This record gives sequence, C-alpha cells and structure tokens, in this order.
Amino acid sequence: MNTASPVLEVRGVSRAYPLPRPRPLAPRPVRQAVADVSLTLARGESLGIVGESGCGKSTLARLITALEPPDTGHVLIDGQDPNTLGKAALRRLRRAVQMVFQDPLGSLDPRWPVWRIVAEPLAGLAPEVPRADRRARVIDALAAVGLGKDALDRYPHQFSGGQRQRIAIARALVTDPDIVVADEPVSALDVSVQAQVLNLFLELRRRRGLALLFISHDLDVVRHVTERVMVMDRGRVVEAGPTAEVLAHPAHPHTAALMAAVPRLEAAWTGR
Amino acid sequence: MVEAMGQRRRLGVAAWTGGAIAALVLLVGAVSLVWTPHDPAVMDVANKLSGPSWSHPLGTDHFGRDTLSQLMVGARVSIAVSLVAVGLGVGLGVPLGLLAAARAGWIDEAVMRFNDLAFAFPALLTAVLITALLGPGAINAILAIGIFNIPVFARVARGAALALWTRPFIQAARLAGRGRTRISIEHILPNIAGALIVQGTIQFALAVLAEAGLSYLGLGSQPPEVSWGRMLNEAQTFLFLDPRLAILPGLAIVVTVLGLNLLGDGLRDRLDPRLEPRRGGR
Ligand SMILES: Nc1ncnc2c1ncn2[C@@H]1O[C@H](COP(=O)(O)OP(=O)(O)OP(=O)(O)O)[C@@H](O)[C@H]1O
Ligand SMILES: [Mg+2]
Repeated sequence: MNTASPVLEVRGVSRAYPLPRPRPLAPRPVRQAVADVSLTLARGESLGIVGESGCGKSTLARLITALEPPDTGHVLIDGQDPNTLGKAALRRLRRAVQMVFQDPLGSLDPRWPVWRIVAEPLAGLAPEVPRADRRARVIDALAAVGLGKDALDRYPHQFSGGQRQRIAIARALVTDPDIVVADEPVSALDVSVQAQVLNLFLELRRRRGLALLFISHDLDVVRHVTERVMVMDRGRVVEAGPTAEVLAHPAHPHTAALMAAVPRLEAAWTGR
Repeated sequence: MVEAMGQRRRLGVAAWTGGAIAALVLLVGAVSLVWTPHDPAVMDVANKLSGPSWSHPLGTDHFGRDTLSQLMVGARVSIAVSLVAVGLGVGLGVPLGLLAAARAGWIDEAVMRFNDLAFAFPALLTAVLITALLGPGAINAILAIGIFNIPVFARVARGAALALWTRPFIQAARLAGRGRTRISIEHILPNIAGALIVQGTIQFALAVLAEAGLSYLGLGSQPPEVSWGRMLNEAQTFLFLDPRLAILPGLAIVVTVLGLNLLGDGLRDRLDPRLEPRRGGR
C-alpha cells in the first residue's frame, strides 16, 4: 500500500432526505443534508469537521462509513468504493473504518455485557482471530482506553458517561482500523472528562498512526486534536484549511459566527 | 422524578396477585399429572350430584364424578392447549415480524398484508369454523387458536423491532460487519423480549378463554378428556338443580383469565420498552 495516497477520499457526495408533504398531493420536499462534499484524509492525519447542529456532520459520517449510500458522488477507502462491493469485500473494507457514535449510551446494546460489545467487531470483521483469543484482545483494547478487567462483565448502564465513551472507543479500536470517525466524541461529557478522552485520542493517534475524522461543533476541542479543519453549513463545505489558520483568520462569515458562539473552554485538558 | 420512575418499574400488588393466581393454576395442573383425589373419569352413580363432603371436597356431578379432580385435570388441559397455541403464534409470528422489520420493501409489505388479512377475520368465529371443518379435538383447537396468534406476534415483533433498527447500537453492529439476520437474533430479539412476554401473557389469557369456548361448543377436547368448557356445557342442564356445577368451572376460567391479565398489565408497566421513558445519552 502506498503511504502517499490518501487512506480516505470523498468525492462530491450528496445525500437528501424526504420531508413530509406540506399538504396532501403537494410535491414532496427534501432536506439536502449533505451537498457536494469532498475531502481527503492521509494516513495518520487528523481532520476536524465543524458546523452547527443539523449541518450534516453525522450524515457525512454515515456516508463515509457506508452505513448509507450517497445519492451522488463516491467514497473511496484505500481506493475502493464500499458501495460497489459485495458482502465479503465490504466486510474486509469495514475493518479499515470504524466509528465512535455521537451518543455513547445509545451505541452500546443495553442487554450486552461490555466484553461482548467490544468483541463484536472482532467476531464480525476479524475471522482470523480465534474465538479463544478474543477476550485477550478485548482486555488489551480496554486497557488502551484506561479500563480494567472489572469492566468486562458489567453492562453499559453501570458506567459513567466518560467510561461509556471509552468503551465505545475501545470497540472502535479493537480491530486496529486505519481510520476512526469520531462523531462528537466529547460533547456529551463534562469538561474534566472531555480532557481525558481528548488526550486519549491524541495518544492513540501517536501510538497507532490512526487517521482521525473528528466531528464537533466545538472549535476549541477541534483546535487541540486536528491539523486541518473543514467548516460545514447546511450540508456544504464553506471553508477548509489548516486548523490554526482557519481559526485565527476565519475567511467565511459562518466560521466567525461559530467562533463567537462557542464559550471559551477552560484549559483544563490541555496539559497532556 | 427518579423515584416515580423507580416505582413504575417495580411490580405492583395487582401484578403479584395475577402472578400468584397463574402460578397456582400451573401448580394445580402439574399436580394433576401425578395425583388427583379421584379418577376424574370414574362414575359413581350412587354418589351423583352430591354436595361437598370429606371424600369429595367440591362434590360430584350427575355421573358421580369428582368435581375437584375434574377441575384439576381441566386446568392442565387448558394450560397445555393455550401454551402450545401461543407457542405456535410466537414460533411463527416472531420470526415473520423480525424478517419484515429487517427487510423493508416487498417482504415487509407482503408480511403485513398477510397480517391485515388475518386480522380481518373475527378470530373466535373463524376458530369455530376451522374446528368445525377439521373436526373437533384438542389438536385442532390448538391449531385454530394458534393461527390467530401468528399475526398478533408478527405485528408486535415488527413494531418493536422497527423502532430498534434506527438505534445507534444497531448501526454499530452493522459497522462491526454483522448481517441483518444475525442482528435480528442477537440484538433485536433480546431487546424486544419484554414486549413479547407482555403480549404472550395477554394472548395466553385469550387462549384460555378461546379453549373454554371451543370445548363448551363441543369442538375442543373430546370425552373422556375433561375440560372447563365441557364441564360448563354439561352443567347447564342442571343449572337450577345444582348451580355449583356451573359456578365452579366458570370461576376457574374467570379467575385464571383475570390473573393472567393482571400479570400482563403489571409486566407491561415494567417490561414494555414502548412505555419506557426514553433515556437520552446526555
Ligand atoms: N434519517 C434521516 N431522515 C430524515 N432527515 C434526516 C435524517 N438524518 C438526518 N436528517 C436531517 O439532515 C440534517 C443533517 O442532520 P445531521 O444529523 O447530519 O446533522 P449534524 O450536523 O450531525 O447535527 P448535530 O450536531 O445536531 O448532531 C438535519 O436537518 C436532519 O434533520
Ligand atoms: Mg450529529
């Protein structure tokens, strides 16, 4: 595999959702959740996607992870379009892209113990890992996010928000993916826990050479975890560039407005 | 607020009462497998229509058969028929509902239209028709009652499953490379089990009632088998002479159905995810 070629390339993807008819027999309006978005992500790189609520960040994440096909455009992971692949090939490709969902509790099956939740991607995507070795891999993944063996047999509701987010991250990492899409991984957490989880992402990137697609509406958070940033507004990319530059001199009025809206965060989590 | 939720999730007095009644009927039915005070089929004409006594605690019928023994065996028949009938509904209806929810499009459409068709028939009347066509007997009663349980469970399973398919943990399972069948079995089924148990209890009560109705009409289990419905039927000739013979099986049916319904309502408050306040992530 060529390290110079991007691990992820998104070419002009769009996705619209039908809305309810305003009155009977009227034509059905659509909401253009994502409109003509393109981006590239190099191996080990970290890209932030920011924008206010409803601008299409999560929808873009679902397109990139092939949970939904785009209406137009292509997603290329390692040069392959997941939406054209058969089941077996798609499964192989999925191993490269994992996601940490926006809602940490909602993304964990309430009826499953933690070891089973974290082992699920192994069972589905890593057939070469024997069943007997799964538990050891799960323990490693949990250790990487700072959780001990005592977590294994407990259920999601028995953990705090920050711990659940760690479980979700452990699950995303257990198959050793090339890309992790993190959808607002810290916005549900309070500030001190945010710091821990963000430092965790930074450390994992350094250690594993993970490419990170970091979705957030919080510019201060993005400033600390990403090298490049993309600003979205109503489904479109309105500004993109190196994070420091974009945030220091926002060229688009929408970016400036976003920055004004965000209350400053304490520097609590910057000491890594 | 938290306390109010906690209380709703605890089983109430009504549910416990219902559960106790259901357990008692089950126990009586089980005991009747190994022991009854008398052989419920043995006639003792010398003792016919006798009132309660030490040897016949609930008296005897017009052939001198022991009423308590008949009620005990009736409980067993009622439970067995209802259990198998509901089992048939669960066994076929739940997979259909899960399939419909997992595969949107024409499969879902086909399953649901089949359901609508089944719901369009008045259940008890058609059950009568089916047993009349197939001939009376316990097996045919089970089939007739069971068939109407299939669409009920298909609908409940589909509804509950559809709500789950949009949840993030299902999307997470898809990202983990899991197929729709596996997700249905491993994630959806355990999470809709509560709703299914609630519906199962209610359907069980309906089945007890339907079985009694069919055997009252002579379409259920046949002599020498005993059932509550047939006891009622036979008692009506002596309604004024000895109302006890009609009251006792009638009471058995009413109490069993009431108990199961109380239990079902109580379990619904506790288990049914549709009534659960949505627990958000933040
Ligand atoms: N499955 C869907 N069906 C219909 N509309 C949808 C669907 N998913 C998203 N939308 C709409 O698309 C738009 C973008 O939604 P999306 O969830 O991608 O926003 P977001 O940027 O992630 O917002 P947030 O910051 O609140 O998470 C919204 O207007 C939303 O209502
Ligand atoms: Mg979102």
